[in-house]
Amino acid sequence: MTSMTATPTLTKKDFESDQDVRWCPGCGDYAVLAQMQKLMPTLGIPRENFAFISGIGCSSRFPYYMETYGMHSIHGRAPAIATGLKLARPELSVWVVTGDGDALAIGGNHFIHAMRRNIGLKIILLNNRIYGLTKGQYSPTSELGKKTKTTPLGSIDRPFSPVAVALGAGATFVARTTDADQAHMGSVLKRAAEHEGTAFVEIFQNCIVFNDGAFAAITDKSVRDDARLLLEHGKPLVFGKNKDKGIRLRGLEPEVVTIGEDGVSVSDLVVHDEASEHSGAAFFLSQFDAPRLPVPLGVFRAVSTPTYEGMNTQLHADARASRGRGDLAALFNSGDLWTIT
Amino acid sequence: MSVTQAAEEAGEPGRAPSRLVEELESVVIRFVGDSGDGIQLTGTEFSRAVAKAGHDFATHPDYPSEIRAPTGTLFGVSGYQIQFAARQVFTSGDAPDVLVAMNPAALKTNLSDVKRGGIVIVNSGAFTDGNLAKAGYKANPLEDGSLGDFRLYQIDISELTAHALKETGLSKKEIGRCKNYYALGLMLALYSRPLEKEEEDVRRKFAKKPEIAEANVLALRAGYAYVDSTEMFVTSYKVRTAKIAPGTYRSLTGNHAAALGFVAASERSGVPLFLGSYPITPATDILHELSALKHFDIATFQAEDEIAGICSAIGAAYGGALGMTTTSGPGMALKTEALGLAVMLELPLVVVNVQRGGPSTGLPTKIEQSDLLQALYGRNGECPIPVIAANSPADCFDCAIEAFRIAVKYMTPVIFLSDGGIGNAAEPWRVPDPESLPKLEVRFRTDPEGFQVYARDANLARAWVRPGTPGLEHRIGGLEKDFLTGDISHDPANHQRMVEVRAAKVEGIAKDIPPLEVDGPDDGDLLVVGWGSTYGSIVQACEQAAAEGRSVARVHLRHLNPLPPDLGGILKRYKRVLVPEMNLGQLSRLLRERYLIDVIQLSKVQGKPFKVSEIYDRIIDFS
Repeated sequence: MTSMTATPTLTKKDFESDQDVRWCPGCGDYAVLAQMQKLMPTLGIPRENFAFISGIGCSSRFPYYMETYGMHSIHGRAPAIATGLKLARPELSVWVVTGDGDALAIGGNHFIHAMRRNIGLKIILLNNRIYGLTKGQYSPTSELGKKTKTTPLGSIDRPFSPVAVALGAGATFVARTTDADQAHMGSVLKRAAEHEGTAFVEIFQNCIVFNDGAFAAITDKSVRDDARLLLEHGKPLVFGKNKDKGIRLRGLEPEVVTIGEDGVSVSDLVVHDEASEHSGAAFFLSQFDAPRLPVPLGVFRAVSTPTYEGMNTQLHADARASRGRGDLAALFNSGDLWTIT
Repeated sequence: MSVTQAAEEAGEPGRAPSRLVEELESVVIRFVGDSGDGIQLTGTEFSRAVAKAGHDFATHPDYPSEIRAPTGTLFGVSGYQIQFAARQVFTSGDAPDVLVAMNPAALKTNLSDVKRGGIVIVNSGAFTDGNLAKAGYKANPLEDGSLGDFRLYQIDISELTAHALKETGLSKKEIGRCKNYYALGLMLALYSRPLEKEEEDVRRKFAKKPEIAEANVLALRAGYAYVDSTEMFVTSYKVRTAKIAPGTYRSLTGNHAAALGFVAASERSGVPLFLGSYPITPATDILHELSALKHFDIATFQAEDEIAGICSAIGAAYGGALGMTTTSGPGMALKTEALGLAVMLELPLVVVNVQRGGPSTGLPTKIEQSDLLQALYGRNGECPIPVIAANSPADCFDCAIEAFRIAVKYMTPVIFLSDGGIGNAAEPWRVPDPESLPKLEVRFRTDPEGFQVYARDANLARAWVRPGTPGLEHRIGGLEKDFLTGDISHDPANHQRMVEVRAAKVEGIAKDIPPLEVDGPDDGDLLVVGWGSTYGSIVQACEQAAAEGRSVARVHLRHLNPLPPDLGGILKRYKRVLVPEMNLGQLSRLLRERYLIDVIQLSKVQGKPFKVSEIYDRIIDFS
């Protein structure tokens, strides 16, 4: 960041590639792209040090539209490719853009292992709860009973929560935002960019063609205040149009209460602690789902833990400190030698 | 040590004067026992001892896929065969002259291979009723005369080891584990090898456990003394030292040699090496070796699966490292889609397939070379990848460098085929001067002027650009690319052009392959064509036939895709072509299809290498 003065001032435009954006008109992906292009020049990182890696799916077209280094790879494998890149080049800012099918179905293994290692990747999952590029099949996040082309009688697959999966895999930064709230998305992405280690962001994203309105009950301006819970570190869990609702614990069960009713005051509410050492509190929040409970948005968890690439660099430094820089002749001539004259 | 010195040191200090010393040209010894008996260690130590004495040697470890199968069972038998000789050695030998069997199961599973009249040394202490029953013996073969065709030596190695170690205070179990050193002592004495060096080796090997080191030394000495102090062996044997090119040598397995080759490729190119890999038999040793070399510019990454192994290597290659992955057949199948991506991206990448018996899980610890056609064709789309194969453990070193030479020069993934035989077997490797190794030229593009992502040089290779280079930001991916810009293109003519240029690029490597070396007459009755680890058996079979005046020549292929440009002309100079392969004729198909000639297939798929005699027998049918 000290190179700010040396780096020419970049603008959003500098991060727009010359490629025509080919998402469907009205797709939520446009909003994510715009926020990302807006965020990049604010990070103090030279443009050539960004790399965007994606897999397959609508969202995975993302790298083509960013004027950075990038790779549109194969289905589900972006975290693995990005891991190799980050290990080889720890100084780069490496981003993975993925979807609910790419990250959670075909690529589930790479997704969880990236989190487990805490390698410095920013993983942005555009969750539209549907397979868009293959024209409308249910995904691992589609709701039970969902009718799609492959589930004409309704889905019997139980969905899982990307946030809960990430937390279960040990992610050190986990957040959620929506394509419908630009300001919120921008602030969450910025937090992710600044996190050291794996940063995971789920973005509720509307698929206008195959799953239109999937998140309307949470994101629509007319209802969202009562349906969503904006997480703020160190603040009580308050929501509602009049900011008069809150979450209180009864034993280990959350309940919605109204502040001022039945003697409930703000001090009775759960206070959000994103830096909590164990991820139990964040997991607790990840289980909140409509309509019984408001859906949390914001940073669930942000803890500082040594990064994989940092530890790897250290191992190499230690090896050199104790053994000296490797020498080919010495390596060849180690072990049990004999000479024939 | 000079050859003469070695021969002198191989004398018989303190040997009973009455013992006869018989000079031999070559000896094949097979050690067999339970997979927990330390057989592989005994074999390795013995090969080290003969190597230091100036013999050439070749080995064949043969072990079960169970780590420690139940003791005494037939399927738990582990073996290690070594041939050492007064001449150049190419194989571990067809039939053992000597079998050292540590239990009845080991005897039962190996006896049929031993030469009639050969020596069979058994640990008689292990021939208990229980062990005999486990091995399926109804009667004790040591007593029923069934071993009459062999020179049988019954030695109660279990009891003698226990006796020698009774003062050590070690547990019965720990003492049991020293049996293999007793057996090693026996063989060193029988083959006139000095004891002192081996004692030093044992102490070094067990430096962290001095009490175990001393116990093993005691067992070793006891075994050695047994030969001298009993009258059981009237003859001991001596193999003259071989005429070997001067130089410094060490014993290397193929996997170890490959690892050193990859280090050399990194050092000689000045580009860091990145290995992404998932453990799989018999390839894992390459990952082990490179993981221990963090003081070089070498990063190793044990990935969550085979796919992540290759994908991380692709990511590292995109980042400007020498990306590579190591695997065996089933893992290769899993990497298929990513290989296609690497072909589209046109990034350098090396994929090592240490082949094993297939299909599916197949025979994980046994030898086969049945992944050749998979390497050439096993992907969706028109997806050409250069393929090379190593022919011996030491050759893995050169092939590792050659694989990266092609990968960086042509910006392409390269498949390097080895197999479980050469991967695990050891042979002497002449230590090269690093400066004598080829320098790999790598130039990263940094000039934004006129940059086009898929513009090509004279070799049809595109430029390699490291992320972090200002002004060269670009995107690549698995979708078809525009011929020049690399932008997504679905244009029909562009696709045809790209398919053709990717094929032409790989085909163009042919001009970069050195002329083949034909061993034997320039024309004649028969040409034997081989690839991979059949090399040793083919060489010896051809030499034997040629010595008898047969009209036979041989050529061995390192480059399988593209094939060497002079191969077609060579094939046409002989009346018949014989192709021995450990598969059902994969190279044979390629040769027929490419050169429109008939070839005689010789197939063996038993998880075992060819015996020299199996190839020799076919040679004399046609020459």
